[in-house]
Amino acid sequence: MWSGTPLFPEAASTMATRVDALYFFLLGVAAFFSLLIAGLIVYYALKFHRQTPRAIGAQLHGNLLVEGLWTVIPLLITIVIFLWGADLYYAMSRPPDDSLDIYVVAKQWMWKFQHLDGQREINELHVPAGRDVRLIATSEDVIHDWFVPAFRIKSDVLPGRYVNIWFRATKPGQYHLFCAEYCGTKHSGMIGQVVVMEPHDYQNWLSGGETGRTLASAGERLFLDLACNTCHRPDAQNRGPLLNGLIGRTVRLQSGQSIVADEAYIRESILNPSAKITAGYQPIMPTFQGLVTEEQLLQLIEYVKSLPTGDGASAGPKP
Amino acid sequence: MTSHPPARHYINNGYGIKSWLLTRDHKRIALLYLTGVTFFFFIGGAFAVLIRLELATPAGDLVTDETYNKLFTMHGVMMVFFFLIPAIPAVLGNFLIPIMIGARDLAFPKLNLASWYIYMLGGLFTLYALVSGGVDTGWTFYTPFSTVSSTTNVIPTALGIFITGFSSILTGLNFIVTIHRMRAPGLTWSRLPLFLWSMYGTSLINVLGTPVLAVTLLLVAVERVFHFGFFDPALGGDPVLFQHLFWFYSHPAVYVMVLPAMGVVSELVAAGCRKPVFGYPFVAIASLSIAILGFLVWGHHMFVAGQSVYAGLIFSILSYLVAIPSAIKVFNWTATMYRGAVSWETPMLYAYGFIGLFTIGGLTGLFLAAVGLDVHVTDTYFIIAHFHYIMVGGTIMAYLGGLHFWWPKISGRLYNEWLARLSAGIIFAGFNLTFFPQFVLGYLGMPRRYHAYPPEFQVLNVLSSAGASILGFGYLIPMAYLMWSLRYGQTASANPWGAVGLEWSTTSPPPTENFAETPTVTWKPYDYEHAISAPEGHVA
Amino acid sequence: MRSPHRRDTLPDPPSAATYEHFAHQFESVDHQKEVSLLGMWVFLTTEVLFFGGMFLAYSIYRHAYPSAFAAASHEMIVWAGTLNTVVLITSSLTMALAVHAAAAGQRRALLVCLTITIVLGCVFLGVKAYEYRTEYLEHHLPGYAFEFEAPYAPQAQIFFSLYFMMTGLHAVHMIIGIGIMAVMFWLSWRGTITLEYSSPIEISGLYWHFVDIVWIVLFPLLYLVGRHVH
Repeated sequence: MWSGTPLFPEAASTMATRVDALYFFLLGVAAFFSLLIAGLIVYYALKFHRQTPRAIGAQLHGNLLVEGLWTVIPLLITIVIFLWGADLYYAMSRPPDDSLDIYVVAKQWMWKFQHLDGQREINELHVPAGRDVRLIATSEDVIHDWFVPAFRIKSDVLPGRYVNIWFRATKPGQYHLFCAEYCGTKHSGMIGQVVVMEPHDYQNWLSGGETGRTLASAGERLFLDLACNTCHRPDAQNRGPLLNGLIGRTVRLQSGQSIVADEAYIRESILNPSAKITAGYQPIMPTFQGLVTEEQLLQLIEYVKSLPTGDGASAGPKP
Repeated sequence: MTSHPPARHYINNGYGIKSWLLTRDHKRIALLYLTGVTFFFFIGGAFAVLIRLELATPAGDLVTDETYNKLFTMHGVMMVFFFLIPAIPAVLGNFLIPIMIGARDLAFPKLNLASWYIYMLGGLFTLYALVSGGVDTGWTFYTPFSTVSSTTNVIPTALGIFITGFSSILTGLNFIVTIHRMRAPGLTWSRLPLFLWSMYGTSLINVLGTPVLAVTLLLVAVERVFHFGFFDPALGGDPVLFQHLFWFYSHPAVYVMVLPAMGVVSELVAAGCRKPVFGYPFVAIASLSIAILGFLVWGHHMFVAGQSVYAGLIFSILSYLVAIPSAIKVFNWTATMYRGAVSWETPMLYAYGFIGLFTIGGLTGLFLAAVGLDVHVTDTYFIIAHFHYIMVGGTIMAYLGGLHFWWPKISGRLYNEWLARLSAGIIFAGFNLTFFPQFVLGYLGMPRRYHAYPPEFQVLNVLSSAGASILGFGYLIPMAYLMWSLRYGQTASANPWGAVGLEWSTTSPPPTENFAETPTVTWKPYDYEHAISAPEGHVA
Repeated sequence: MRSPHRRDTLPDPPSAATYEHFAHQFESVDHQKEVSLLGMWVFLTTEVLFFGGMFLAYSIYRHAYPSAFAAASHEMIVWAGTLNTVVLITSSLTMALAVHAAAAGQRRALLVCLTITIVLGCVFLGVKAYEYRTEYLEHHLPGYAFEFEAPYAPQAQIFFSLYFMMTGLHAVHMIIGIGIMAVMFWLSWRGTITLEYSSPIEISGLYWHFVDIVWIVLFPLLYLVGRHVH
């Protein structure tokens, strides 16, 4: 009966072993206190079992020292657990700078993955082992959740926003991918796998796939088709800011605020331009809501990221 | 030993359905609630049976996925809003609060009756939603699925819960005003039984938190009908705002579910050990602390929902703070048993079961408050196991314990003690077999609300389903012998447990006005040393 | 004996020898009054939380979309909102006078003040109905028919959603309040309200003042966004 029944998940990422360490510590704390309380209850119930029908207990009212001890000691233990958990969480929320980016679009009821070089996958994600991978994820409809138990990470994937999920896989293999936020009828069917490969196997797999356009070149095509270049251009007829080197740059807004441009900012500026107007420009950019899909937004973002920065850069597409 | 019940008491003081449906007597209203909550409990339980049957096999082969989604939604809605939240306050609270403070009734008896009607109206609304197609959003109604995508009876269900919420609000209002202003002469706050401290904390939460749920459900209904755009990103709204509003109520709601249970346990442990609860002022203040701190931790349901890292850290540390008062209570109850005259009768067995199971459930809460670990286990069966340990292993056991303890007072009858102990044991065993494997399943990664699952999870699921059938059977037995005792049970004396408390100084069942004369209280709570009514001996 | 309907003063309280006008769970008339007042205060606290959820949603969205909210608020009918504010504040005055009249045993003054309060409440609702109708005709009702100038459309829809929800809920409370005042009028007319038993007027007054205060907060938040500029 027990063969084929795992009782503990595989650990296949750098985070997994760290999370498991905290888990085992907590198991120890929980086991200690549960056994202590259960043991005391059983022991006291036996030792002080009522002997006669009219017996009463010793009329003890309390003890300040004991109250202090069992308040302070649990408090200290919980502070330790908090700090440990916080440390882990903080690390999970900071993708390393040189991560391999992969875009994720969730929809009822499938996972769509977009590699930068144009490879597309549905419900199956190939990644290299030993490399930091950052997923930039959004949903087309309702809230989903990208969950790989073997990596010990998950995040809700929201419509209208990008979330970052990062991991570094350690062991080649195939691992369950689940949707972990209830999303409707086929929620339990929105599953797949993450395939972790040795780096050279991963390279082979990448180049062996269909050679479509990279995300950036598809985005370049869109940029022209949607006539973005009529306003976002380097010459005197520009009516919109230059987009070279935008990602990571601090942008001053008309409202006086400053923000650091990221993927979410670019997405919002395409769908809802009036939300954040760059200082010194008119609020005349039309909205493209309903005119571009989530995947086309990813292509445009990657195109903007690919624009050359530095002196003498040409801002527009090559003829 | 037989006793004669009083000639005139609240049950035979007026016959006929009208005298019950138009009663203003808090004790009769408590029984009206008892009927209601029991009815909804068995409906919610039926859904649980179907869920566990389906989950015994990996494939989704018993019901369709649409039906399964409706099953877990309705199980949650019925159990949370129509059983767990009202049960102890509306049944035991209504019955006992005036008696325990030496009053003739609550402050607003007509409002109390209205609260019952509101509760039943909301319940019937929700039942209508159920039989006319069901709802599949989960009891948490997350947007935009519930406002844009779901094609089921979201609005009738939301309306039903909205209506029933007013029952909680008005009951809480009634209890707060009663405890403040209707206490018998001499009954200072420091002489109040701990059950009343818990009920006071619970009522604070009901009064302050439920209105936020009400307005949130209203926003969902309005958005669904008129497409207003609060929570729909396509219209500029924010789906996470819904979660903040929802959990702002629903986290304190879990303390509405557990604080009354803790109050019952304090009474059971004091009576079961015939001594005061150890550290009375600490336990009393702990009840208030839980009520207040409980309003500050809602974001721990949203660690992976997209809130900022700093918000997550703040909610994490506050969640640890709110665990401390609960720990203090557990230690104090255990210390009460030390050098007590410890009884092994049924109510006390349930109390000891509560302490053990609530400890396990509460300790797993420490796992969840650790943000870095919660990322892995949230939205999995680990969470399901955690909250069922508290709500079933905790609240339901305390509810059953209280029901058994005060049964002689409420009905004037004794139940069969051996059958009762047997069912307590069956329930305890069935419960652990059902939910302990779910901790393992959760860490393995089995997500919640899954209709079908990978085959390697099957063995643990089968264990859980087996436990559920034992647990379900265990719940049926008390129904049977309690109802049997109403007709054929031995009549009870005023104080069959030899306990100390105002309720034991009046007859079983009490007269309509509760006391022949308003008592004046000059003794500390649980004062077994100078007990007014000396222990008469119990019936084993 | 003169018909009670022609009296200018409230009927005399019953003498000590007769049945006193308080319910059986209370110790005295004063106890009943004190407890009932506390009950109303607790209820009003729940109402603060009820409206509070929407004020929270409003604050969050206004912080996120300040220009859109200012643009939408400019479309509100300020004269109507101002008139309604004056009407409600006046009705609170007449309500307070009614409470005073009841406590002083002045039946006629009580009935007059209650009537004016009810009338003012109805004026409020009438103006509100006019506003709603105008906004409906201008396509400002959120939903499929919503129209607003281009860059601000989606966020302006949220503003109007909040506007209709908040003022709509407020109007429901006003209707309930008018109903309560009608009942108070009837109780005063038939002599149930006496010098001894005037607490229902005071308790209803609390409710009325609360509904007024909610409006006083709503008015600047909805009608006056960005109007202080230039």
